[in-house]
Amino acid sequence: MDAAAHTHEHTHPTPSVYVRIGITLFVLTALEVALYEIGRRGQPPVLAAAIAPVFVELLLLLSAFKFALVAMFYMHLKQDSRLFSSVFVFPLIIAAAIIMALLVLFGYLYSLHPLPK
Amino acid sequence: MHPETSTGLDSRKLAIWTFIGSECMFFASLIGTYLVYKGKDVAGPRPHDVWLLNGKEVEQMLEIPLVTTGTALLLFSSLFVVLALYGAQKGKRGMLIGWLGATLFCGIFFVGMQVFEFTHFYHRGMGFTTNLFSQTFFTLTGFHGGHVSLGVLWLTTVFILALRGKLPPEKSLNLEIAALYWHFVDVVWIVIFPVVYLIH
Repeated sequence: MDAAAHTHEHTHPTPSVYVRIGITLFVLTALEVALYEIGRRGQPPVLAAAIAPVFVELLLLLSAFKFALVAMFYMHLKQDSRLFSSVFVFPLIIAAAIIMALLVLFGYLYSLHPLPK
Repeated sequence: MHPETSTGLDSRKLAIWTFIGSECMFFASLIGTYLVYKGKDVAGPRPHDVWLLNGKEVEQMLEIPLVTTGTALLLFSSLFVVLALYGAQKGKRGMLIGWLGATLFCGIFFVGMQVFEFTHFYHRGMGFTTNLFSQTFFTLTGFHGGHVSLGVLWLTTVFILALRGKLPPEKSLNLEIAALYWHFVDVVWIVIFPVVYLIH
């Protein structure tokens, strides 16, 4: 066995790092819900108007950041062998492509055959 | 330690990562299906509709405060399970059992939250075949809930091993593999939560 690979595989973060990541995840989730509430209530109006055009993008960005934090630190992809990252990231790219392909294809389908209202 | 492999890595760990990769594609197809049918219902109820219940206006179908609580607990459960893993790797039995118990509590709360939500929807007149939203919603969140339930069962078996003192540091990989699966159901929910509940 490759001793270096084995050592590298098991150098995981300390509990304090885990707790800091946990707090960050909680704050980001609170931010997501706050954005949702601001948009739904329209209050404060200035903030709601500023958020409205980028609401979906902001939520997806926050979600992607949370996803990356869990994968890198809690699932140890940052510390473990790169082979694990490859085995995870390659299907993730296919997964994103599946969603994009479905959205594009069905968008085209609905443009050809609009659904009854 | 694990037997020698051509990669220098434990085959069980590589196997769970491969499985998680395939699960990513599975959930992508469900999320993609939810998105392409989003807003295409010809009849209600729709997720963000305003409802009348006993003459009183109910804000919307989705229970955001309840689901937010479930989401927060699921996120915290990921923290708890890595702390339990740290305890297992360092031979700190109290830490292992305490945090693993907390993880199980969060997981069980989440499953209970979903059962409550599904029952609530049913009583509001939204069954599986009511409309496109209900079908895609129940399929997506139901499959996720099934995965969480399996994760709870898996972690329960590890918890029992830990209680019996059969999870020494050299066997901590048993928990690490279960924890990887648990984190996966967490990251899937990190995507589902904004897509289904917050974006409208």
